[in-house]
Amino acid sequence: MRELDYRDAIKEACIEEMDRDPRVFLIGEDIGVYGGAFRAYSGLLDKYGPERVINTPISEQAILGGAIGAALTGYRPVAEIMFIDFCTLAMDQIVNQAAKIKYMTGDALNVPMVLRTQGGAGRGIAAQHSQSLEAWFYHIPGLKVVMPATSYDVKGLLKTAIRDNDPVVFIEHKMIYLNKGPVPEEEYTIPFGVADIKREGKDVTIFAYSNMLFKALEAADDLAKEGISCEVFDPRTLVPLDIDALINSVKKTNKLVVVSEAAERGSIASDIMAIVNDKAFDYLDGPIKRVCGLNSAIPYNSKLEQACIPHKESIIKAVKEII
Amino acid sequence: MEKLSKELQVLMLKKLIEIRRFEERTVQYYQRSKIWGYLHPYIGEEAVAVGACTAIKKEDYIISTHRGHGHAIAKGADLNKMMAELFGKATGYCKGRGGSMHIADTELGMLGANGIVGGGIPISVGAGLSCKMENKGRVILCFFGDGAANNGVFHESVNMSAMFKLPVIYICENNLYAISMCSRDSVAGNDIAGRAKGYGIPGYKVDGSDVIEVFETVEKAVDYARKGNGPSLIEASTYIFLGHHPNDPAAYRPKGEAEHEKSKRDCLTNFKTKLINEKIITEAQIDEIEKDTEKRIDAAVEFAESSPEPELEKFLSEVMS
Ligand SMILES: Cc1ncc(C[n+]2csc(CCOP(=O)(O)OP(=O)(O)O)c2C)c(N)n1
Repeated sequence: MRELDYRDAIKEACIEEMDRDPRVFLIGEDIGVYGGAFRAYSGLLDKYGPERVINTPISEQAILGGAIGAALTGYRPVAEIMFIDFCTLAMDQIVNQAAKIKYMTGDALNVPMVLRTQGGAGRGIAAQHSQSLEAWFYHIPGLKVVMPATSYDVKGLLKTAIRDNDPVVFIEHKMIYLNKGPVPEEEYTIPFGVADIKREGKDVTIFAYSNMLFKALEAADDLAKEGISCEVFDPRTLVPLDIDALINSVKKTNKLVVVSEAAERGSIASDIMAIVNDKAFDYLDGPIKRVCGLNSAIPYNSKLEQACIPHKESIIKAVKEII
Repeated sequence: MEKLSKELQVLMLKKLIEIRRFEERTVQYYQRSKIWGYLHPYIGEEAVAVGACTAIKKEDYIISTHRGHGHAIAKGADLNKMMAELFGKATGYCKGRGGSMHIADTELGMLGANGIVGGGIPISVGAGLSCKMENKGRVILCFFGDGAANNGVFHESVNMSAMFKLPVIYICENNLYAISMCSRDSVAGNDIAGRAKGYGIPGYKVDGSDVIEVFETVEKAVDYARKGNGPSLIEASTYIFLGHHPNDPAAYRPKGEAEHEKSKRDCLTNFKTKLINEKIITEAQIDEIEKDTEKRIDAAVEFAESSPEPELEKFLSEVMS
């Protein structure tokens, strides 16, 4: 199968959806000639023109409010916030508006929009450009939260996000835009709420998403050499979450390690532990382990930065503690 | 306005040179990966920081942006600590935690660079409040870009400080670009200084490549603020010589624009020529300043190179909460 960069898979999804539905448009900062801060949109301005590739001033609140308003009135905006850290400037529009409108109006209105953004550490850009804030959005009823790791998943899930009738927070990771992965030529979409077992195993389930998926796969490779068989579970969408598939995996392996790059406190990992504890306690042969980012902001110095986030080694260590 | 003293003009020239050479050096080290992450060179815009910071006192405050080295140096920052921070070292201004976008120095009243565009604008309101409450005549210079002027925080902040008559001098560095977005295409009305009218405060448009014009205008606004009259808004038109960051070829700009600006509006070249023409300084004296500056930057690099990395244990004990 042909291979595509993660960022080219994003572009392809946008192209297909824009060709399919004239109501789809892109809006955000530096998405015109610049093609987006991570160049996922390069060439799209030429292809679709400034009416469908709308380059905005640095006005996060108006970008997202603008997307909501257009969504309420018949369009399907894909709004880009350059860094997830900058969503902070527009939290009213995300949390009080986009997430609540359908609910508050008794389903009279709905908000078919996508908020595309990216997060994560690894580029030495310090505390205000490296956060993993998915738990904030996960916490808010009314938002769907998607965090694809591979080219295949990012394309299929973005297409689904654009067609979805509710607000979707679509979170990419800055370290994986140039990762290549197989993407079929034929059209496909991936439904929300369907996890993907990225590697089958029988001794322990490792729950990991976004960039941490790759750390988990590396850990599983190393552990296999020692005779430990890991099942690597990628939820792909955090809301809706494929709980049944997770429970099934735990039923098989009886052990669970949950990985998340975000600071541990109040993280997705914490909630996954709670869910599995509630629903599958009887199938567990040991405590669930979390491998998370430290409860610290992300520093500039590379050595310190790396110390703040999980690695293959920390995952291996956690697995061995419960095996 | 009384004529500027020769000493003050030479001092401003020294600062312009210091910032220019420091920035050139950081670009070199960025290209050699000694400095990493994001680096936003201030080259071409030095006259704004130098003119503005020369118009205030040591005890006054400034607050800066992601493109903040020039502001820090103009306020008197220590080159050693700056370079060490850019090298990620324990001896840097932020103990290696912040890098280029977060340099701050409380002793100098430098309240920090900022990775969030517009992030410093509302903070200046609070600093202005404390200046007012303290009643010692202190002021704060709030630097921000044309891009930042389009964020909602600009309106909230200027309105509030105007209502409360806070001693804040808003200095918008309109360098024509916010990454790829030209301010002509993003600022409705293309007149940031003109917004002052709506807030009932003084607004000034200055040539940001003319260090004297910047100085004189900021001095006027500072005087106005110290007398308790409240904020002013100054728009300094300037030009960003390099791309948004060292690896940005700035392909989105019209051909020839950068060359034109560099040849006509290089604040450093123009000021050197002016001072030589007015016989305030000789070429030989400028050479001396250049040499001395290079030496001090060499020393800063040496300091940064030889400084220790931050210790992980210490870092963890300080930051985990
Ligand atoms: C709130 C926010 N939005 C977007 C960015 C990304 N970003 C960093 S610098 C920049 C351009 C800023 O332009 P301007 O304020 O004019 O300053 P300049 O870079 O021209 O000095 C952008 C969009 C950011 N850091 N913060």
